[in-house]
Amino acid sequence: MRSLRPTSLLPFLLLLLLLFFSFSSAFQSDELLQDDEEFGLEGAPRSPDLDHPSPTRPPPRRRPNPDFSSSVSSSDSKSVQFVLEHAFGDSDFSPAGTFTARLKSWSHGRQTLTKLRFSRNALTEAEKAVFERLLKDDDFYRIRVPSNVLSPPGKDYVLSSVRARCIPRETLDEHFVIHMYGVNILAVNYGSAGACQYPRLLNYPAKWSFNSYTLLKNSEEAPRTPTFAEELLAGESGLGEGVKPPEKSFWAKYWMYLIPLGLIVMNAITQAMNMAEEPTAGQPASQGQQAVAQRAPNAAVRRR
Amino acid sequence: MAVRVCLGFLILLLHSNFSTALYEDQVGLADWHQKYIGKVKQAVFPTQRTGKKRVVVSTEENVIASLDLRTGDIFWRHVLGKDDHVDQIDIALGKYFITLSSEGSILRAWNLPDGQMMWESALYGSTPSKSLLFVPANTNLGKENRILVFSGGWLHAVSSIDGEIIWKKEFAIDRLEIKQVFQPLESDIIYAVGFVGSSQFSVYQLSSKSGEVLKHNTASFPSGFCGEVSLVSSDMLVALDATRSALISISFQSGIINFHQTYISDLLQDFSGMAALLPVKFTGMFAVKTVSGICLVRVKGVSELEVIEKFNHPASVSDVLTISGEQQAFAIVQHAETKIDFKVKLDKDLRNDVLKETVEMDPQRGHVQKVFINNYIRTDKSHGFRALIVMEDHSLLLVQQGEIVWSREDGLASIIDSTTSELPVEKEGVSVAKVEHNLFEWLKGHVLKLKGTLMLASPDEIAAIQAMRLKSSERNKMTRDHNGFRKLIIVLTRAGKLLALHTGDGRVIWSLLLPSLHRSEACGHPSALNIYQWQVPHHHAMHENPSVLVVGRCGPSHDALGVFSVVDSYTGKERNSLKLAHSIIQVIPLPLTDSTEKRLHLIIDANLQAHLYPRTRDSVNIFLHEMSNIYWHSINVGKGVIRGYSLRSGCNLDVVDEYCFNTKELWRIVFPSESEKIATTATRKMNEVVHTQAKVLADQDVMYKYISRNILFVATVAPKAAGEIGSVTPEEAWLVAYLIDTVTGRILHRVTHQGAQGPIRAVVSENWVVYHYFNLRAHRYEMSVIEIYDQSRADNKDVRKLVLGKHNLTSPVSSYSRPEVMVKSQSYFFTHSVKAMAVTATAKGITSLQLLIGTIGDQVLALDKRFLDPRRTATPTQAEKEEGIIPLTDSLPIIPQAYVTHALQVEGLRGIITIPAKLESTTLVFSYGVDIFFTRIAPSRTYDSLTEDFSYALLLITIVALVAAIFVTWILSEKKELREKWR
Repeated sequence: MRSLRPTSLLPFLLLLLLLFFSFSSAFQSDELLQDDEEFGLEGAPRSPDLDHPSPTRPPPRRRPNPDFSSSVSSSDSKSVQFVLEHAFGDSDFSPAGTFTARLKSWSHGRQTLTKLRFSRNALTEAEKAVFERLLKDDDFYRIRVPSNVLSPPGKDYVLSSVRARCIPRETLDEHFVIHMYGVNILAVNYGSAGACQYPRLLNYPAKWSFNSYTLLKNSEEAPRTPTFAEELLAGESGLGEGVKPPEKSFWAKYWMYLIPLGLIVMNAITQAMNMAEEPTAGQPASQGQQAVAQRAPNAAVRRR
Repeated sequence: MAVRVCLGFLILLLHSNFSTALYEDQVGLADWHQKYIGKVKQAVFPTQRTGKKRVVVSTEENVIASLDLRTGDIFWRHVLGKDDHVDQIDIALGKYFITLSSEGSILRAWNLPDGQMMWESALYGSTPSKSLLFVPANTNLGKENRILVFSGGWLHAVSSIDGEIIWKKEFAIDRLEIKQVFQPLESDIIYAVGFVGSSQFSVYQLSSKSGEVLKHNTASFPSGFCGEVSLVSSDMLVALDATRSALISISFQSGIINFHQTYISDLLQDFSGMAALLPVKFTGMFAVKTVSGICLVRVKGVSELEVIEKFNHPASVSDVLTISGEQQAFAIVQHAETKIDFKVKLDKDLRNDVLKETVEMDPQRGHVQKVFINNYIRTDKSHGFRALIVMEDHSLLLVQQGEIVWSREDGLASIIDSTTSELPVEKEGVSVAKVEHNLFEWLKGHVLKLKGTLMLASPDEIAAIQAMRLKSSERNKMTRDHNGFRKLIIVLTRAGKLLALHTGDGRVIWSLLLPSLHRSEACGHPSALNIYQWQVPHHHAMHENPSVLVVGRCGPSHDALGVFSVVDSYTGKERNSLKLAHSIIQVIPLPLTDSTEKRLHLIIDANLQAHLYPRTRDSVNIFLHEMSNIYWHSINVGKGVIRGYSLRSGCNLDVVDEYCFNTKELWRIVFPSESEKIATTATRKMNEVVHTQAKVLADQDVMYKYISRNILFVATVAPKAAGEIGSVTPEEAWLVAYLIDTVTGRILHRVTHQGAQGPIRAVVSENWVVYHYFNLRAHRYEMSVIEIYDQSRADNKDVRKLVLGKHNLTSPVSSYSRPEVMVKSQSYFFTHSVKAMAVTATAKGITSLQLLIGTIGDQVLALDKRFLDPRRTATPTQAEKEEGIIPLTDSLPIIPQAYVTHALQVEGLRGIITIPAKLESTTLVFSYGVDIFFTRIAPSRTYDSLTEDFSYALLLITIVALVAAIFVTWILSEKKELREKWR
């Protein structure tokens, strides 16, 4: 047995632990078993932050020791490969790269893929030229993968495409999300790694090499419908005292009485204040009246 | 504080309109309901005294109904299940209406007066076969009658009193096909005749008491039979030979079978091609249908056939009717341009007609399809005849004394598609009268009204005035109204007829039996497919009337040639019709219009080539400009493949066609056939308006809705679980819901519901989808909601950024950008199964949404979308409560007041259509099935208009009183001031 570098041993131990854990439990949970969002690239961060997955080329690392792996998971996992093909505009499909993944068989008979890796073939000069023309025309760059990874092409090919001008940045950045069901590929979400501006401008990449991000995706399980049957029953049994109205503050309860009361009180106060002022205010008023009274006879006299 | 209070009031207001119910006296103000039965297949006339005013019918919509012969009104009606087709009907014991349905496996008896079911028998057969029903004519009422039913290879004798099976006998001989079962009057022997293979004729005589075979004879005829027979008398049959060119009369009197062959060309000199026997019951004669017409042939003996009469197409012959003892009569209806000739003959005197009438017929009703004859005693004690006539457009008419007594527009029971059209604008200077009537009628109306006010009108005239008032009342006008409540609903029926219904009262404004969908040499089996808006003038071309496009197909298969017809929405005249040179798989209305406001349509043919319509230079220029941004998708349910395409110029045709475009496949989604099968797909409505892109949460946070026109919802189920509910265990069933972007074919979201099964109904709107399915684990129906939010714009929350313009809200959204979406979902139990689902649509999309659910009870239930909010929690915080989030419950409430259809039922509900009114708060709802129902609803109440019962008078009085009070007080104060000054 060859010795393994300690850096690569750690993930393996982790995987072993994971496998062991899932196999040891005889209880079949209805929780989704497969790891959902797994970046196929080794060394890619496992953070759920999909916005900036660090771009890494598939490192030319040694394949894991087959003996070692078989001793661990007892031939439950084997390696499978399937080919990515591409076409430029209307051209025919030609091989462009290879996906490699581990096929895992579960105790209940289902097979799933894990640890997806992707190696892109380098673009040939001819392909580069075609790609440049594609960029100029803003035509479609199309890819396809077999719909069944065990017996390609399975039922059919799964096709996807993107406007060629969405791909180039520094390098040619592409992003694959492969939707799987068991060993079947349903669909490939293929496109640029980030946003694609519209209108799409023509710019060429600095480096004519692909920078690929791949992601395997299985279906999420819908959460169970919440049931409150027990609570409802409990509520029904104690029908009388079950629901108590929430305690309200004094103000909240009686504001409609308090406000008019306050108004009345205020009114009364102002009236009382007026009453207090009356004697002082009364004098000038009576003086005025007297003045009028005095003037009136004069007026009468004048009229006469 | 003040803001709080205001907010509190607002919330109070919002909460107050949970349920918008009607008061009893408001029913019928804004809604109407019409009852139909569908195209009549069979009809029987009860002969008992009490039932003489009625006719009982069975229809192609699986309806059985009893109609009033005087008015055509429905006495009672039952809509049987979707797969419960009525095969045969008859009347037993004079009081029971017998139906044989579901391919002869269910026999039911209904009480004639009230339609109650009296009994039901399930008849189990072993082999599928034609089902036959024979009810012996009852001569004496006291005797028990046995109904003979042949179905599934078995002959059953069923008691007509309680439906008990008295005996049954299997005809287990290989390839035996029983064609006729009958029991001659006053005889104890039942005859069952049929063919073994194609050349052997077989007669069984059975005892009516026990069902045992008394006699069995066979004889073979070397040149073979085609299978059609017509019973001429109790010991004679007429059959067609295998080539359909010769008639074989077969007599089987007392066990001896004799054949005699007569070539049709010997009877009819101009005969060519194939003949068919009409399935009408005659005695002593039969009817043959040839290419040129219908021919009545009398049988004098085995070897003696005589042609009585020949009618050219189109014509129809009724069954024979026994009148008073030995006499028998039958009716013939012939079409002659705009008239129909109705003739009645007696079998004693076939040369002459007893009755001959000519009836004017609306050409929009098409040809006569079926005729049923009934007799009555005239005032002068002679026999009178009336006929029930089924027309090509599925309408039903009663003809008596040369007049159409009543007619029913029963084509409306089979609506396949509908659209709406605005009414003409009430123009300045042009009287409404011009739009509605001509001048004379307008004058007449005014004279009538004048008479009415001067109390000079007779009762008839008063009724006419009433009808006129109703017609010209606000809701029934033929012009556009300010609120947009008055519209035309244009419906397309299965018969290929277009009808325009007024939303005010549901009356038919015009109808058109599409000439292009008429059966012709070039177009063998035309069928209407869909209806689209063709031209909706509102900016340019205002003087032109709007029009609709009807698309049809010339045959049942997908590669049959297409038919295309443009119809004026105001007049109902066909403007233009085209026989297309290609087939129609898909019609895509584009969001583009040409300079005359004609909408551009792409038609995809079977070779995946796209054809652009209208075929004008102008439209092609507009189209080419936008072509690179047009994508379309096709769904192949059988193979489980969804494909997306783009378009490119040029076609692989022999001739150069600049309106034809090639397609190129861009993406493909393949569902594994062993685990998934496409059950339902749903897309957003093209004309839907979304008011706000953002959703403000209680904590002042913003979520941006992922609003895309290109969202496709697909639901797949396990292939095993594609059948009925309960056919699989929960472990074998699952449902996968997908949200797919149709431009790039990206799966935006995918979720599996374990233990869930169809049937699935789904509706997509704004940024959410709601779907309904059955949960096998919980044994209940469930509704799930998925809301999808755009995360890529989630950063645009900072006000400073928005002010400084550092945001990406105005940049164009490209489907090619990697979507960053967040999905929220939740499931709730729902009590009902669902027949149809729709969502309300308003003019600006501001009003909160309601789901319209067609329930199993054929009613439409309005359910607030807020109940289907994935953010509902069991204990919402105060802030969430203020936002209007309802505490989480496990099931959705069904509030009785929320039934849009209140107490009515839309029998056989198939579809619900929502149309926005101009008034933002209001949606028009049109639901159809066997019945049609229209109403308008306001999901958040009519917050933008005063209610109809608002008292304007009170408001006016108040204002007047106030003004008066102001004046009075002013005068008083002036006076007082003056007095003061004078003192």
